[in-house]
Amino acid sequence: MTTTETTPASAPVRKQLTIKVFGVGGCGGNVVSQIHGTGFADVQMIVLNTDSQALAQIPLPDKIHLGLKLNGGLGAGGDPERGRAAAEEDEARLRGLCTGVDMVFICAGLGGGTGTGAGPVLARVAKECGALSLAFVTLPFDCEGPKRMRQARQGLEEFKAAADGVVCLPNQKVFKLIDENTSVVETFSTTNELLAQGVRGIWQLVTRPGFINLDFADLCAVVRDRHSESSFATAEATGPHRAKEVVEKLLANPLLEGGAALGEADALLVSLMGGPSLSMAEVNRVMEQINRQTDNAHLIMGAAIEEQLGDRLTVTLVASRQRSHTADVLSDPEPEQLESVAPPGMVSVSRGVAEINQLGAAIARKPVTRSTTAKREADSVSMAGSETDVAPSAPMLSTRSWRSRKKAKAMHPELQLETVTKGPFEHSEPTLRNGVDLDVPTFVRRGMSMN
Amino acid sequence: MLNLLFPEKTTVIVGLEIGTAKVAAAVGEVTESGGVNVIGIGQSASRGVRKGEVVNADLTAEDVRNAIVEAERSADVEIASVYLSVTGGHLTSLNTHGVFTAASDDHEISQPDVNEVLANAKVFNRPSENTVLHAIRQHFTLNGQAGIADPVGMLGGKLELDMHVVHGVTTRLQNPVRVVKGLNLEVEELVFSGLASSLALLDNEQKQMGVLVVDLGAGTTEYVVYADGVIKHTGILAVGGDHVTNDLSYGLRMAPARAAMLKQEHGAATIGGAAGQTLTLTSENGFPDRRVNLEHLRRIMVARLEETMQLIDEDIGEQGFHDQLRAGVCLCGGGARIPGIDKLAEEVFGLSATLGRANAVGGLRSATDDPELATAVGLVKYGAIRQKGLRRIGLVGKLKHLAGSLGIF
Repeated sequence: MTTTETTPASAPVRKQLTIKVFGVGGCGGNVVSQIHGTGFADVQMIVLNTDSQALAQIPLPDKIHLGLKLNGGLGAGGDPERGRAAAEEDEARLRGLCTGVDMVFICAGLGGGTGTGAGPVLARVAKECGALSLAFVTLPFDCEGPKRMRQARQGLEEFKAAADGVVCLPNQKVFKLIDENTSVVETFSTTNELLAQGVRGIWQLVTRPGFINLDFADLCAVVRDRHSESSFATAEATGPHRAKEVVEKLLANPLLEGGAALGEADALLVSLMGGPSLSMAEVNRVMEQINRQTDNAHLIMGAAIEEQLGDRLTVTLVASRQRSHTADVLSDPEPEQLESVAPPGMVSVSRGVAEINQLGAAIARKPVTRSTTAKREADSVSMAGSETDVAPSAPMLSTRSWRSRKKAKAMHPELQLETVTKGPFEHSEPTLRNGVDLDVPTFVRRGMSMN
Repeated sequence: MLNLLFPEKTTVIVGLEIGTAKVAAAVGEVTESGGVNVIGIGQSASRGVRKGEVVNADLTAEDVRNAIVEAERSADVEIASVYLSVTGGHLTSLNTHGVFTAASDDHEISQPDVNEVLANAKVFNRPSENTVLHAIRQHFTLNGQAGIADPVGMLGGKLELDMHVVHGVTTRLQNPVRVVKGLNLEVEELVFSGLASSLALLDNEQKQMGVLVVDLGAGTTEYVVYADGVIKHTGILAVGGDHVTNDLSYGLRMAPARAAMLKQEHGAATIGGAAGQTLTLTSENGFPDRRVNLEHLRRIMVARLEETMQLIDEDIGEQGFHDQLRAGVCLCGGGARIPGIDKLAEEVFGLSATLGRANAVGGLRSATDDPELATAVGLVKYGAIRQKGLRRIGLVGKLKHLAGSLGIF
């Protein structure tokens, strides 16, 4: 399970995909060390920190000390502003690291100074350099106090704005995975391991070719621009009933809130991976069960064969929930991807190539092997081509997926036909603060949709 | 035995709050030893007030009369005068600075010097239609030595005074006074309602440590910052529970009365646990009528409450008070009854938050435990403090005090 290059037959069209994994701050550093321990080939691991002591403990060759001038190697002291300033001081170096890279994973623990402050800067720099950035972040434990939580939430918002995708793991949920007597060290190593699993899982999912293929654009379709936290879970099972068991394990995962996250999700990415014995019936069974859990989520699936897995079946799932749909759309004038509507009775893997120019360009530079349509696609970046892989008789997803809805809205911004009444305050003196009429309902001013 | 024959002499003080949701009168007695006990409460729904200010004098007069009558009955006293709280978006506050310079440095500060510096501090640029409601001394500074409580008798050439001033539009301050006077009641003093609430809730230790009091009323939200034992900042937002109701009424498309009912029964300041739940409402004749998404209800509420607190947080943050609030945030008013409001406050302010109860006074538990009565009870406390001051100055009071201490009475 170490390399992406498992099928030499496709070598001629393939360009080596450059991936870098960054760990920002103390937590990020630990996660990256953990990932490194399990062996990733072709991936450069880089640790960034403001604290020289913490940095010295990381057993990796590539270490960058941020903000040496600013903080003198003493860390950011839990202040995101200092973390940000430190990263901005070394922005040129970060730019150098990100140039020519296709994909950047950023691991960080939110709530402190470096991860919260410097992380979003790195994400922005990576994006500016044309790399696709995916952030894996943790939120602090509740016991760490509301201030850290607030900083973390703010950091998360910044990450969402800067990175292409954010997968968020609230540490508090890890409590449900461990028993009461777990030591502090083990607890933190569990959260680190979860994050590491996330990076590994997604990396495999994106780089490994499959018979129902998934790649980074599919991933982006699920996580990007959703202004939401994406939940992530992975499960593995063996034996004759593995298809049933793996889903049970998945739904029991506290990170998915006992399956509740699936019900709320409006976009799901499911990746199945099994040995050569993986049967279509099994794929069908897994998808059927997952489908039953979701309401009308946009579902993207992929399946791949991995020799080394033997009779094991692993399922990796990314669930994404949208929080403020309208606000999102109105503030997002970028062209939406075109959508092929899946006919009933099929699961579609559809991807508009002409998404955002940058993304398209990155995909073009990244001709990963994929089943039949790969080459055609790499040639026609500007064209809005989409492919449809068909899997037999999986239960249905709604014929109008979220993307088509979203597109319609973006093209025809909603006309405010209804004037906002101020109810009993209509004839009173308006309450104005910074030019905002506070008598108008907050949720209306914030553009939250309620229906 | 002696106590039974000669009960401790008490003074009755009445606090009247004409609020947006209700009119409340609290009757308190002040014992000779200075303690304050609440002995009676009168309440009435308020119909003529919007955003803390009287908009219908006739209705308000009726409501005030009802509340006063109920208070008289419950405390078994006759009420002749009240301490009246005022609020409203027109109130403004600021910190002023007064200076007095003597001819030489070895000047002994006397009372007239203090009076002069007080007068100086009250001179500031305010609109001509405004009057000063409160001018609260903070600290004297004598020749650069800060934090002096009483400089009389000390030596120094330059006396400075920091003061917190609350002022408002004269005519708008007079409206409730006219209503009360129309009922043949005297108004002893006008008191900013946020100040009154804070007096009811806080003890000296909290004031010394630094605390933010937020009174979440129906029409307005007042806040007061204490640090180093004195009022550092006050503020008011003409946003309150009525806004929450109106938001719900608009967002869930229902009549305000129904929205208010839903708010009280199912409202909370957290979304947690409400995801995906719906409520089935019944119409007047008991049949299921329509369904309401509980998550939407909570989200509308949280958005409004969070915004209100964020505005306060920005304001006190601008003044740099965050680090001085070691006793955290203290919540009162009807809004303090919203489940989870303390958690939301902790999140927004980044400080520990508690629901305030009137610790500073004794008496009826139902009155001191009720966050909605904090202002009325605080007015009694305010009155007690003022009258103690008056008594001490008055000759008769001094004699009485002397006689009392000698045990003649």
